[in-house]
Amino acid sequence: MDKLRLRFSKTGRAVYISHLDLMRTMQRVFSRADAGLKYSEGFNPHAKISIVLPLSVGMASQCEFLDFSLTEETDLSRLPERLNRVMPEGMEALEAYPAEEKGALLKWVRVEGIFADCRHDAAFYNDFFTADNIVVTRRTKRGTAEENIVPYIRRAAFADTADGVTCDLIVSAQEPSISPELLIAALGDSGPGYHRFMRTQVYRENMTIFR
Amino acid sequence: MQTMDMNEKTDALLRRVQHPARYTGGEYNQVLKNRNETDVRFALCFPDTYEIGMSNLGTKILYGVFNAMPGVWCERVYAPWGDMADELRAANLPLWALESGDKLSDFDIIGFSLGYEMAYTTVLDMLDLGKIPLRAADRTGLKNLVVAGGTCVCNIEPMADFFDLCFLGEGEEVDSELIELYRTAKKENWTKTQFLKRAARIGGVYVPSLYDVTYSEEGTLAAFTPCEGAPARVVKRIVKDFEHSYYPTKPVVPSTEIVHDRVSLELFRGCIRGCRFCQAGYTYRPVRSRSPEELLELGKAALEDTGYQELNLSSLSTSDYRPLSALCDGLLTYCEPRDISLSLPSLRADNFSMDIMRRVQKVRKSGLTFAPEAGTQRLRDAINKNVTEEDLLESCRVAFSGGWNTVKLYFMLGLPTETDEDVLGIADLAAKVLRVWRENAANKARGVRITVSTSEFIPKPHTPFQWESQISCEEYLRRVHLLADALKRTKAVTYNWHDAEVSQVEAALARGDRRMGAVIEKVWCDGGKLESWSEYFSLDRWLNAFASCGLNIDFFATRERGEDELLPWEHMDVGVSKAHLLRERARSRQAILTPDCRISCTGCGAAALLKGGKCDG
Repeated sequence: MDKLRLRFSKTGRAVYISHLDLMRTMQRVFSRADAGLKYSEGFNPHAKISIVLPLSVGMASQCEFLDFSLTEETDLSRLPERLNRVMPEGMEALEAYPAEEKGALLKWVRVEGIFADCRHDAAFYNDFFTADNIVVTRRTKRGTAEENIVPYIRRAAFADTADGVTCDLIVSAQEPSISPELLIAALGDSGPGYHRFMRTQVYRENMTIFR
Repeated sequence: MQTMDMNEKTDALLRRVQHPARYTGGEYNQVLKNRNETDVRFALCFPDTYEIGMSNLGTKILYGVFNAMPGVWCERVYAPWGDMADELRAANLPLWALESGDKLSDFDIIGFSLGYEMAYTTVLDMLDLGKIPLRAADRTGLKNLVVAGGTCVCNIEPMADFFDLCFLGEGEEVDSELIELYRTAKKENWTKTQFLKRAARIGGVYVPSLYDVTYSEEGTLAAFTPCEGAPARVVKRIVKDFEHSYYPTKPVVPSTEIVHDRVSLELFRGCIRGCRFCQAGYTYRPVRSRSPEELLELGKAALEDTGYQELNLSSLSTSDYRPLSALCDGLLTYCEPRDISLSLPSLRADNFSMDIMRRVQKVRKSGLTFAPEAGTQRLRDAINKNVTEEDLLESCRVAFSGGWNTVKLYFMLGLPTETDEDVLGIADLAAKVLRVWRENAANKARGVRITVSTSEFIPKPHTPFQWESQISCEEYLRRVHLLADALKRTKAVTYNWHDAEVSQVEAALARGDRRMGAVIEKVWCDGGKLESWSEYFSLDRWLNAFASCGLNIDFFATRERGEDELLPWEHMDVGVSKAHLLRERARSRQAILTPDCRISCTGCGAAALLKGGKCDG
């Protein structure tokens, strides 16, 4: 079975599993579930799997996508349950289906989170991100560049709660890829003492949900 | 079930350190239990990084054995790398266990696995990070009992001040007995002293505080006196029925890369060879094997429940496993269709091994490694390394004509009776290996890589060389340069030599006595930890510590011991008799080979540990 996609979540302790480690971990999960991954041909065969939009270490997510192929016909509706029986803590397979859309169509990512240990309230942050110009130093393929990230932020909404200031962001996922950490960097000294993010949804260019 | 709570404090740290996944736990097959339903909590500590510790088979076995006991929850603790240790101290956070995230001081028993002397300072660093007093005398309660097991226990005197008790030999049975005794002690509110006195009656348990030590004017041991009914000799424990002993078919599968990331099958314990320098070869006796049928089942089960793509056949000398051929056939039938590779750790340079090697490594022709240990036949005979030059060259011939083009050769410098002729013999042997390649290479265009590596010989307790002196760093370097010059003529040969500075400290620790505890503590105070990593080791720090404790490193490292001297490990009985070691030492001096245990039993004494059972040697 070619070109399948698994949506999974990565939370709790699993947020510290790096991208490379995740690839190895997933191979073993499939192997334990006795779901044979297709391997590349050649001298050094490796499983043909890829992650649609790699997640930075430390960030949680409810919508990660693993693209894979299986050697045998498999009931996709039952696959998540089989995988979940042999998953490390913090990772959960949510659904498996044929991958119809190219990963490149994924354009926006929604990130929700919390700011704790803040010197400012939600109103301050809401104001901050309504500016026309927020220039940050960004690492690009050609080195570092000063760039205005405002065009790549679609939503930056903050609210006060008992636990701190919650945030709801929608930022560009690819071309360019805007890490929510950049927004923290843009805040400089006004940033929170501690923050935690979770990727909660991904969208196409027209803001319909990507799967 | 309880799991670790990731909070702001830990998150902040983990985001700043390298490879945070090694500090979070949560891996597949970790054992979680309910705190309220456990009455003994055991912290299984490995005094090195996660990557090293998680590769260790012994602790995987103990983790499984302990957690199979109702009411006992065993968790893993590894040494943090320097960046993490600094972060923990700066944030005033204690070292935590990976499963529950609970701090080290929450545990009833804190057990260290000691396989390497250079880990001693790391033990102290871990205790300190866990906010546990270092010295046994400073821990008065029954809680936070600090214990140790592993190879180093065969001379644990240098660490005697820090441990409440130690396990000599294989831990599967004795550790469980100790845990049961602890459970009773805890329930009945015994004092620590009460508990230790009772524990010392369990076979294989050594309680250092129950022995008085006196020294002679020359600084050697004068007397070692047991008190309070402690045994005069602690006898090593072994698993008698190895065939049916516990094997971890559900080991914790790391979510980040470790050193040996694979299933490791233990074919047998002990070794039939009797190489006179090899501590493991003497202290792991007698030989006990598992049947190939059992191994096949265990291997399959472990592969299925880990998802690993590699299976390693581990033992001290794997090619000495009698049914190796049948086992490999059985395993290959299972592994090949699943793209699982088989690997063999150390090979003897004989034809049988080469045949197995060809069958196992069909696809990937990685390099071959041989350990002739010495350059001339005379010296190989003196150390009882039963390998001839013909064996080695024939193996190389088979390898080169079969397509291999990388050979690594390991040697030791400074072996007892070694002369310059023996050192230069290494260069001759390398040149002969090169000639064999020229005459037999399947594809000369690919070239050949021959690597010669030397390390300094370290005399170890419980071997026939336990009385020998170690050569000085300067003498080691002189021999290194002698060999390097001789190897210059052969361009295809690369020569690597290990640092002698670590070997000198290792030698002192290996044969040290109780006075060394102060030295180890001083080194730790001055920043010593993770010293098996070159970036953390400092010889000067050790020399300073020896000086400030009024001791001389040469007294422990380079001094030859008299055969009538009372050695600091003589009360530790690993099964092999002193008479046997002396006999072997005498034969070594005359370069007389002792046949392996299968050709004829030498009566080393270890079979007595089986109490009527039969040694598989």
